[in-house]
Amino acid sequence: MITLTTKNVSAVHNTLQKLTSTWQCRNLATEATFDIKAFKLHKLESGPNTTVTITKEDAINYYKQMQYIRRIETAAGNLYKEKIVRGFCHLYSGQEACAVGMKSAFRDQDSIISAYRVHGWTYLMGAKPVEVLSELTGRIGGVVRGKGGSMHMYGKNFYGGNGIVGAQVPLGAGIALAAKYLGTGGVCFTLYGDGASNQGQVFEAYNMAKLWNLPCVFVCENNGYAMGTSSERSASNTSYYTRGDYIPGIWVDGMDVLAVREASKFAVDHCINGNGPILLETVTYRYSGHSMSDPGTSYRTRAEIQAVRMTRDPITSFKEKILSTNLATVDDLKKIDNEIKIEIDQAVIKSKEDEEITLDELASDIYSKPIESEHRGVVPWQKIKHVRIGPAFNIV
Amino acid sequence: MAFTISFHKPSALTNTVKILKRSLNTTRVLANKQMTVRDALNSAMDDEMERDERVFILGEEVAMYDGAYKVSRGLYKKYGEKRVIDTPITEIGFAGIAVGAAMAGLRPICEFMTFNFSLQAIDHVINSAAKTFYMSAGLVNVPIVFRGPNGAAAGVAAQHSQCFGAWYSQCPGLKVISPYNSEDARGLLKAAIRDPDPVVFLENELLYGNQYPITDEVLDKDFVLPIGKAKIERKGDHITFVAHSKGVELALDAAKELSSVGIEAEVINLRSLRPLDINTIIQSVVRTNHIISIEQGWPYAGIGSEISAQIMESEAFYHLDAPVIRVTGADVPMPYTKSLEIAALPQINNIVDAAKKLLGV
Repeated sequence: MITLTTKNVSAVHNTLQKLTSTWQCRNLATEATFDIKAFKLHKLESGPNTTVTITKEDAINYYKQMQYIRRIETAAGNLYKEKIVRGFCHLYSGQEACAVGMKSAFRDQDSIISAYRVHGWTYLMGAKPVEVLSELTGRIGGVVRGKGGSMHMYGKNFYGGNGIVGAQVPLGAGIALAAKYLGTGGVCFTLYGDGASNQGQVFEAYNMAKLWNLPCVFVCENNGYAMGTSSERSASNTSYYTRGDYIPGIWVDGMDVLAVREASKFAVDHCINGNGPILLETVTYRYSGHSMSDPGTSYRTRAEIQAVRMTRDPITSFKEKILSTNLATVDDLKKIDNEIKIEIDQAVIKSKEDEEITLDELASDIYSKPIESEHRGVVPWQKIKHVRIGPAFNIV
Repeated sequence: MAFTISFHKPSALTNTVKILKRSLNTTRVLANKQMTVRDALNSAMDDEMERDERVFILGEEVAMYDGAYKVSRGLYKKYGEKRVIDTPITEIGFAGIAVGAAMAGLRPICEFMTFNFSLQAIDHVINSAAKTFYMSAGLVNVPIVFRGPNGAAAGVAAQHSQCFGAWYSQCPGLKVISPYNSEDARGLLKAAIRDPDPVVFLENELLYGNQYPITDEVLDKDFVLPIGKAKIERKGDHITFVAHSKGVELALDAAKELSSVGIEAEVINLRSLRPLDINTIIQSVVRTNHIISIEQGWPYAGIGSEISAQIMESEAFYHLDAPVIRVTGADVPMPYTKSLEIAALPQINNIVDAAKKLLGV
């Protein structure tokens, strides 16, 4: 076992890389321990561990997941530029460590709800990359048959994909209420950005979640910008982890998948031990503009983006950790990168070739128990048959 | 036999009447069961909470206060704080929580103290509840009931006197119910709670204390009325009145008055605003050749406007002997001034006059 701190990671890295190439795969480590950046705590006496041990298997898994998300988003951006993806398209590139770190703390009974930057989450919650991309191209193979698009994807224990800024926050508290009511033992990760954190309904949800001790992990993914308005220009208090007031909070380095994992595990324990809600602020960065229509350079400099890419990129920094601790070789990771690239390239082709659903589905699944058999079309003599397709998991 | 009973709460009056009925050897007419709309709603929720553990109520003052209008009276005592939840006065927050709970497997009844306050939460009714099933391609349905008093009460001025029937009915994905009497209230609320889709249930404060006769069938624990079906409250051949909620009462009173001059009006109680039972309306118009819609809401893009347009788009248009007439609330915000308030709401004479004008008598 090798113990490293973030400070000496780079120095040791070079040495180890040389060693790695000599050792090839024969002497790979099975686990490694790291010191992570200190957490800041609000209304908590102690926080998550700052010394983290990961297994080789976990490390490879996190690396893969982050690379998948990065590749999916790159493909999504290209499809948008080709005008195949329509409407909205919000990319998660730069924020991968937040989702992957959180997901690693999930148990089977835990849920998540987020806003509109959810391509990565959709993949993490079980959709294949081709299903995510086909949803973006609006085709039948998409997660929701191409009916939802970029912002509206769902899955088991995954409640979207919400396009109204802040609205997902009380919804998440409600999912937590259901978990408590039904005694599932689950918690709901309720995600929003620094922009949504100023919405009134967020504070209403905090209040009720604390009053009723709901197992809700509020997560403010602070990427620094609410569309084009920086945190400093939109929030009177930019310490988002303290904004739950009476709700304990933790400031987390959102660019470090291990820090997010530890904080998330801590948060789950906090909730299931009956302490009610907790708030995480994961400080992160988005490389792209707010959406594809925003070049993202009028309110920040290219140099700022470049500096984050060079010094804080969640994938590069994690890759260094893996290599420097001999959890994998350069070749191992290259192989993974290639496999992902090939899969995503194929998924892109498939998502373009796939068909759209037919017009027969225009009035599909408006109601789970339809009363009228037809809906009106654009002219009175056009009647569209209501059809039921989806499984409607709340129907019983 | 005359009693002078003075109670502040209509509920107390109801109980007293029940006791009196039991203690006196009443006539056959009096022995017919009566129930207030308030009790009908209360018993509907009680039945459904007993039937399904997942059903719970949340809203302002629904628990310890027994409901701002006493509709949830006694339920907190019976079911406890887990299932009857007092919320802070934060409509968007608790409506969102209710919708989230519905997505995750519960059956919430979300009470708005009045629907005027639902405007604070309308995003969750429309964007979170009504559209999710479609957006998720039939994965996440939202079994929830939003209920509470709707429309004009008395002397409460502009911000507390609006009908939201037309607003909510416009949105595909919602089912919208507007009951008139106790049978409607009980049968439709039970149906709404059992329904797997989001339902907006628009009650009327002024009808809460009204008693209506009910049969044993209505009291049955499994009595439900079909959502989307209108009821013909009164048969008639000369003209059709179509109304909902308080409007039905006005229509029936107007029909009675017209009957004395030989005009027999058919009165259709819509019960549901979405889906709208347009077939029942068409069939009636085909016979009467005349129709008036009656509602307390505003005329502009109102329920009457929709009925009128749907008639125009249907076979019924060719059966009309005169244009459709809408009797509605006036196109003004509700004044507090008593005389002006009366003028802002449809009255029986407005309907009687409109009918005579339409029939040319």
